Formats: sequence, C-alpha cells, structure tokens
Amino acid sequence: MQTQVQKSRAQNRARHRDFLHLILIAAAIAIPVVAALSLYALINGSVDSIQAFGFRFLTGTQWVPNPPNGGPPILGALPAIYGSVVTTIIALLFAVPISLGIALFQSELAPSKLRLPSIFLVELLAAVPSVVYGLWGLLFLVPFMSQYVDPGLLNTLGFIPIFSGQSNGLGMLTAGVILAIMIIPYGAAVMREVITAVPRSQREACIALGGTTWETMRMAVIPYASTGIIAAIVLAMGRAIGETMAVTMVIGNVARITPSLFLPAETIPSVIANEFTEVAGNNIYMAALFELGLILFAVAFVMNFIGRLLIKKLTFTGRMTHV
Amino acid sequence: MIRMSSKNTKRNVGIVALVVVIIAAVAGGYYFSTMSSSTSTTMMPETSTMPSETSMMTSATMTETSMSSVTSSAAGWQPTAAVSLLGAGATFPQPLIQKWTVTYNQIYPSVTISYSGIGSGGGIQQITIKTVDFGASDAPLSNAQLAAAPGLVLFPETLGGVAITYNLAAWGIPSNTTINFTSQVIAGIYMGLITKWNDPALVALNPGLTLPSGHITVVHRSDGSGTTFAFTNFLSVTNPDWASQVGFSTSVTWPVDTAAGAIGVGAKGNPGVSGTVANTNGAIGYVDLIYAIQNNLGVGAVKNAAGNFIVPTIQTILYAAQNATGTPNPQDLRLHIVNASGPQSYPIATYTYILIYKDLSANPSTTLPKAQALAHFLWWAIHDGQQYSEPLDYVPLPANVVAADEQLLLTLNYQGTPLLP
Repeated sequence: MQTQVQKSRAQNRARHRDFLHLILIAAAIAIPVVAALSLYALINGSVDSIQAFGFRFLTGTQWVPNPPNGGPPILGALPAIYGSVVTTIIALLFAVPISLGIALFQSELAPSKLRLPSIFLVELLAAVPSVVYGLWGLLFLVPFMSQYVDPGLLNTLGFIPIFSGQSNGLGMLTAGVILAIMIIPYGAAVMREVITAVPRSQREACIALGGTTWETMRMAVIPYASTGIIAAIVLAMGRAIGETMAVTMVIGNVARITPSLFLPAETIPSVIANEFTEVAGNNIYMAALFELGLILFAVAFVMNFIGRLLIKKLTFTGRMTHV
Repeated sequence: MIRMSSKNTKRNVGIVALVVVIIAAVAGGYYFSTMSSSTSTTMMPETSTMPSETSMMTSATMTETSMSSVTSSAAGWQPTAAVSLLGAGATFPQPLIQKWTVTYNQIYPSVTISYSGIGSGGGIQQITIKTVDFGASDAPLSNAQLAAAPGLVLFPETLGGVAITYNLAAWGIPSNTTINFTSQVIAGIYMGLITKWNDPALVALNPGLTLPSGHITVVHRSDGSGTTFAFTNFLSVTNPDWASQVGFSTSVTWPVDTAAGAIGVGAKGNPGVSGTVANTNGAIGYVDLIYAIQNNLGVGAVKNAAGNFIVPTIQTILYAAQNATGTPNPQDLRLHIVNASGPQSYPIATYTYILIYKDLSANPSTTLPKAQALAHFLWWAIHDGQQYSEPLDYVPLPANVVAADEQLLLTLNYQGTPLLP
C-alpha cells in the first residue's frame, strides 16, 4: 500500500514536470511569435509613412490628411502622442491613490460583512463596456465638468496654464477622469491580491513594536507589497493608454497641443479609431495610421519602463527612511 | 485517499464530458432543424408559382409592396437558388438599406442580404478589394478612386439633407426657434472668425431674435463622413475663401480647431455630433436631417441660391434634387446638388450612392445566381423600395434620377450577358 502511494506520487510528480515543460515550450514559442508578428505587421504597414516623413512624423504638429490644394498629406503625430501621455498621467494621478485606498480598505480594514460586497461593487466597474462609459461620459460627465468642475478650477487656479482657457467639458481633463474610473477596478483588484498575500508575521511584528493600524499599513504592508503594487499600476496604465472608445467620445478629437486641460485634444487610439475607415486609396495616410499604432506600442513600452524605474526608486528610498 | 480523489476527478470529468455532449447535441439539432426549415422555405416560391398569380398576391408580403407597380424589366423574375449577398459602406443610408433587405427577404425568402455600416471610406475600400458584393458611399468617388477599381460604377439610391443644428436652451431660446444662416456666416463660424452668438453678422440675419453673448462651441465630425463631404462641398461652392483654405472632402482639417479664441470639437458619427450639441450650451453642429429631428435639436434655415432662407424638410430637399439634377447622364451619375437653384430648394443636400461592378463577374465571389439576385434587388430598391424613404426621413429619388438609374442598371452584366432583360 505504502509503496503504491509512493509510486503514484512519483508518477504524479513526473507528469507535473512534463506538463510544466510543455507549457514552457508553448510559451517560449507563442510569445516571441506573437510579438514578432504584430511588430512585423505594424512596421510593414507603416513603411510608406516612415519613408515619406521620417523623423518629422514624431515632431510634426500638423495633421492635414486632405490638403485643399490636392497636394500630399502633411501628417505629424506629436499632438496625438501628447494627448495620450497627458490623459494617461491624469488618469493615474486619480486612479493610483484611490485604487490603493480601496485595496487597503478591502484587505486590512473592512469588516467581513462589507468586504465581499465592496469587492463585488468595484469589480462590477470592470465589467462595464467602454462604450457605456463613453455614453455616460458624454451625457453626464461632460455637462457636469463644464458646469461645475471646470469653472471652479478656472476661477481659483486659473493663473496656472493647465487650468486656463475656455471650457465646454470636452477635453483632456474629462478624458483623464473617465479613464481613471475605468482603470480603478484593475488597479484595486491586483493591489488587493498582493496586499492580502503579505504574511501575517509582517503585520504582527509591526504591531508588537507599538505600531498603529496606519503605521502597520504604511511601514509593513505597503513596502512589502510594493513590487505587486507597481505591477498593478503598470497594468492599469496599459489599459489607460490603449483605451479608445470612451476617450474618443469625450476628448473632443482636435489635433492640437495645448497646456490647458480643459481644451479638446486627441489620443493615438482615438485618431486611429476615427480615421481608419476613411483611408481608402491613400497609401501614405493609411501607413501613417499604422505608424501611429507602432508609436503607441513604443509609448506604452517607454511609459511602462519609466514607471517601473520611478516607482521602484521611490519605494526603495521610502523603505530606507522608514526602517 | 489518493484512489478516492482520482475516482472523484474521474467522475467529475465524466460529468463535464456528458454536459459537453448534451450541449453539442442540442446545438447540432437546432442547427439542422433551422437548416431544414430554411431549405423548405426556399422551396416554397417555386411550388407556389405553379397554381396561379392571384394566390401569390393574397399573401401578406405581396399586398404590402404591391402598392407600386413592378416594372416590366424585373417582373416574373424568381431566384433560382438560395443566395446570400454582402454589402458594406456608408452609415447614413443604413436604416433605409436595412429596411430594404428585410422587406426584400420577405418577398424573396431565398435571398438574404446583409449590409454593414462601416463608413463610406470603408465601403469604397471593401468594394475595391472585392470582399463585398456591393458597396455604398455618401460621397461620389473621385476619378482616382474609380481608376483604382476598374469597372466600378455608382448610382444614387436615396438622398438626404444636412441640417445646421444648435443648442441655445441655456439662454431661453427653445429648439423650435429657427435661426437664419448664410454660407458666409457658417464658413466664418467653422473658420473660427465668428466666435460669439451675438456676432454682428448673425444678429443682422436674425432681426427678431435676441442672440446671447455666449461662446460658440463648433462641433464637427472627427471621423470621415459623407455628411462632411456635403457640408464642405456647399461651403466650397459658395465661398471662395473656404474653397482655397479648406476645400471639400469626407474629412477636412478644420481651421476652427486651431483658431485663437474659438472652440472646435470633433465628435464621432452623427449620433456623436447630435449628442455633443444636445449636451453643450451654445454649440452648433451639422448632422443628417433625421438626427436633428430625432434629437429635438434646433434646426437652422440656410439662405439658398435664390436668396431665400429655407428650413430643411423632405419637401425642400426634393425641390433641390429636382431643380439641380436636370437630365442626368447615365454614364456618370456623380451628381452634385448643393446650392441648388429654385426658390424653395434647401441648399445642403447630397445623394448617397451604391457601388457595384458593371460586369459583376469581376468580383470572384459573386456567382451568376448572386449577380442575378443583386441586380434584381437594386432594381427593386430604386422602384418599390423608394416608398420606405419618407417614413424613415429619407427623400425619395426624383423621377429623372430613377430613369437614369434604370439606364445604368440595364447595362449590368455577367461576363457580357445582361442581368436585367
């Protein structure tokens, strides 16, 4: 009996190892292949535009696909890149503290009766389709921002360039707010998981030293979970920068670089979504949209990299001062 | 214990497998039952033609459409095989085309037509690379676009007007108040030269109204659109400054977006523009007439070529079509009806077009039965189909355009053999 059990255990372990190898091989093949294929498709599609505009595509601020005199299109991606980066930063400024607060509440503070309902409610936000967020944004958030939030900011902080200018609710600030609401459930869910995974001993040690609940969270829980929190922020950022439909509906879709957060702008995905159906028979225009996709790839990669670097550095020094 | 658990997992696997088999069986059974029912319906017309024509006429679908006479060229035609046709293109005529496809399918159950509204540019692209049987576009194709698709022809299947809409409810001006516009003022607003509602130019046109001092939020389309084509075409024809600085196209670069002191906003689709206008105080926008009516927005009167301020209605757009078209040339049915003559003509109107290969065999996926069905459907659409226009706020084709369309459709062929006798 005993030997039989050992034998089957050994078999199980071998089977487990085989399975692990199989998965590893599959991942080793699939991930590079998918990455290479998508990169190839994007680069291949954008060759015409890269040849026609070169580096000017990245620095150009004009977007004239159909010039009135019938000349060649003048296309520059800088307004779209600027809009993507600014809206994503606004979204993260709102979403990261709120997500962290939600995660801490759900894992550390919430009474058990509130815990599950609150998790359910936050995750419900992730199940709402983005076009529904866009409709809600256009019908509720835009009038709300233009009547209450924007005039308030204009009257109190109007001397700062980012809060200047005429507002009608459609613009980068509204887009950033709606993006924040959309990425909060992703950030909160991952942060909650990593915070729940912090060992009890960490908390107990801090409490034993006389730490309050707040100090325990600040000094023991968050530093321990920082890697996971960074991952959550990066995940949320990836969703924000690629979000298309909701942003298209509230950002105003204007190719312009402006410091004011109230004014209409555009993002890389919104340009592609708006203009992709109308590029027939215009190869350079089509290639330019492909190149925008390539740039989105690169911008997401760079922001991801900078974000990891920045947050890692911040949390490291943070830990040094606390300990 | 290990034995036990493995037995348990085996039992679980068994249950899951059973569930999968049941689902597959139910799905398969449903699929086959619908298959057999659809084949039985395709058999029906052939058997029912045998007894007499009167029995056909008494069926509910025929009485509905028998109001207008089926013309000789298409009468007596029956589909020989079950075919499904695919179309794609402009979103503006989509509700009408969908009404046609459903009604046509009720009369000829073996012909299934699906139409996807993916935008005019998408429709041109799809028919050029021959992935669909027919395309649709709000803007007439340029010579370059026609050269890219040899053998492609286009003809108007319906027309619509572009309404100037606004929202001044915050200043106590209700949506049923008509504000007068001229081409000069509209161009000034969309170029960012007129930025306030009480600009002297606007006040001079509307002596009876007290226009507010509020900012104008100028809403335009962010995606390419036949509506933009008609709107910018009107401004280009009537305003030399606009023609030289902006031009006309399905998507243009709007000067108002970058003009100092002006607010330009792009919105996606007719629903996006009408929604933005409805939610923004002091907004102005241009949409297909149906969207202005359905969203209860203010609709402006526009000064036409005869000097009268005309509000867009089905009647005034039909006047424009009748006055502007004359006798169309069936060889080239790209018709422009902006700034039409005639005292009652509304000046911003446009035809929308079906795109099709004259020799339908040019598209390898179009078989002879499909080509016959498509030619018959299009013939039906410009005759019997026109009665569905007005209930959906489209304008029926004037008789001279129907006659020109007929000339074109009669030249449709399959490897040289005419499709419509």
